[in-house]
Amino acid sequence: MNRQNKIYLCAFTIIVLLIPTLVSSNYYLMVLNIAALNIIVVVGLNLFVGYAGQISLGHAAFYGMGAYISAILTTTIGLPAWPTIILAMVITGLVAYVIGIPTLKLEGHYLVMATLGFSIIINILMVQLDGLTGGPSGFPGISHLGIGPIVFATDFTFYYLVWPICVGILILSFNLIRSRIGRAMAALSSNEIAAGCAGIDTDALKIQIFVLSAVLGSLAGSLYAHYVTFISPETFSFFYSIQVITMVIIGGMGSIWGSVFGALLLTILPQILHVVEAYSVLTYGGILMVVLVFFPQGLFPGLVEAYRKRRPAAMPLSVKEVRQG
Amino acid sequence: MNVFTQLLQFLFSGLTTGSIYALIAIGFSIIQNATGIVNFAQGEFVMLGGMFMITFFGFLKLPMVLAFFLTVASVALVGCLLERGPIRHSRSKEVLILVMITIGASIFMKGLSMMVWGKDTLTLPSFSGDTPTIIFGAAVMPQSLWIFGITIVIVVALHLFFKRSLLGKALRAVAANRKTAMLAGIPVHRMVLFSFGLSGALGAVGGILITPITTTSFNVGLILGLKGFSAAILGGYGSMPGAIVGGLLLGVLESFSAGLISSQFKNAVAFLVLLLVLFFKPSGLFGTKHLRRV
Repeated sequence: MNRQNKIYLCAFTIIVLLIPTLVSSNYYLMVLNIAALNIIVVVGLNLFVGYAGQISLGHAAFYGMGAYISAILTTTIGLPAWPTIILAMVITGLVAYVIGIPTLKLEGHYLVMATLGFSIIINILMVQLDGLTGGPSGFPGISHLGIGPIVFATDFTFYYLVWPICVGILILSFNLIRSRIGRAMAALSSNEIAAGCAGIDTDALKIQIFVLSAVLGSLAGSLYAHYVTFISPETFSFFYSIQVITMVIIGGMGSIWGSVFGALLLTILPQILHVVEAYSVLTYGGILMVVLVFFPQGLFPGLVEAYRKRRPAAMPLSVKEVRQG
Repeated sequence: MNVFTQLLQFLFSGLTTGSIYALIAIGFSIIQNATGIVNFAQGEFVMLGGMFMITFFGFLKLPMVLAFFLTVASVALVGCLLERGPIRHSRSKEVLILVMITIGASIFMKGLSMMVWGKDTLTLPSFSGDTPTIIFGAAVMPQSLWIFGITIVIVVALHLFFKRSLLGKALRAVAANRKTAMLAGIPVHRMVLFSFGLSGALGAVGGILITPITTTSFNVGLILGLKGFSAAILGGYGSMPGAIVGGLLLGVLESFSAGLISSQFKNAVAFLVLLLVLFFKPSGLFGTKHLRRV
């Protein structure tokens, strides 16, 4: 992690930890808790979209697998919650690995359709296997998470569980990007053939990033299940995949802070603007289209760039900008 | 009803939906060949086909033939608008971005349709009544015969178009090599526009034909599009005969598994087929294209 990101992250963490003392409404805390879960999914997805150059429309399925595996194993079978979360992550990761092997090697965008097809199969299973999943009416009565005597049952206490995990994931992601694997990922995203020539196993790397992003999705799903204590197939439909991909696009592909921004914006905005909520399908489609057409690198990086251009003295110029005069 | 007639019955109903999948799969192939992108909005064209037909025929009470052609023209126009608008103006020409733009467009169309036509399930009357014809003991609805007939006419017309007409040859040239086609004086941009219009028209026909059987609503596009895509992959992506065979085969597989195993998982069959083909033979049945990246 570089110095700038360390400072940003410290500031971010302090703000995050202070917010519950300023916001008294449980409703807003709930929105922020959901935002934190979305950040976990979106950061994982962004590592994949931004660096592997592929689209996944199956993250709703990974999120859902985490939730349902946790729900079924802890509530029906009675396994302890925390190890089950890890187990769910392992299972989801294995499934992603199996899907990733054939599709990530192919040219074109087979993975979009493969992940989408997979997520629809998962959704059909959630609805049809009602003995196991509760079917369309959902799965109630999932226990809250706890550590020792502390039970994360309220919005306030869960806030102090989910946000530290979220910040932990951010630290992990920043460190990953600065590591050897991260540099390989950067090489892969800028030129796959050149990366291959430099000795990077690009196929294996893409699969690894895909599995990592699926595992993060599963983690968020498990946490969601233990937070809300009730899950139903609707939450994990195709539209969730669209929501998280839109958050990635708004934030900018490959930008972790962008993902945080995108997830926060698109989780909070519908709660404030009810127009967005009522026409959510239309809004998400419109946002995806417009942002991609005009800011293919993402809305957040586009805005940052516009800001830098307005104040050239405040920021050092990049080589490209110097050349352009 | 003995086992034979029952199987025959499944076969007919499979071929009926299979024909629609074939039309969608051809739409995917045409855009894939002209631009190299997967047009995610293909399924929405089918949904719009049904919706426009309901508007023109059901609400405005236009004569059926007129309503049919108006619908096809309207959805072809939507296809052209998709190309002229977001695809053409995209700042980035990367395939990843363009595919995502079509995903956005497809969600947008779905949202717009929900506002215009509401959330209810809508339907159309069959073209010529509901008195089934009995073939070897199996009942075939007149709508199925219409679907077979129109699909065959379209496939033959497309074949002649691509082989004989100058426009069709130009499109094939663009598919074979974009730059060389440009050097040969073919207006590539106009060809791309045309391919979007043609895919829109094909989707519309599919939507008009299938709505009397399956009904429609604002959200059927995704599943239909994905099934058409599975059909295209099964046959070999980008191949026209592959799209037809893939579509019919998928329809039949679906119908048999629904009839013989369980109808609950009918929708899962197409996607299972998709995943299995991608696993074991990504080039599909008819695909000769080398799919491996570099």
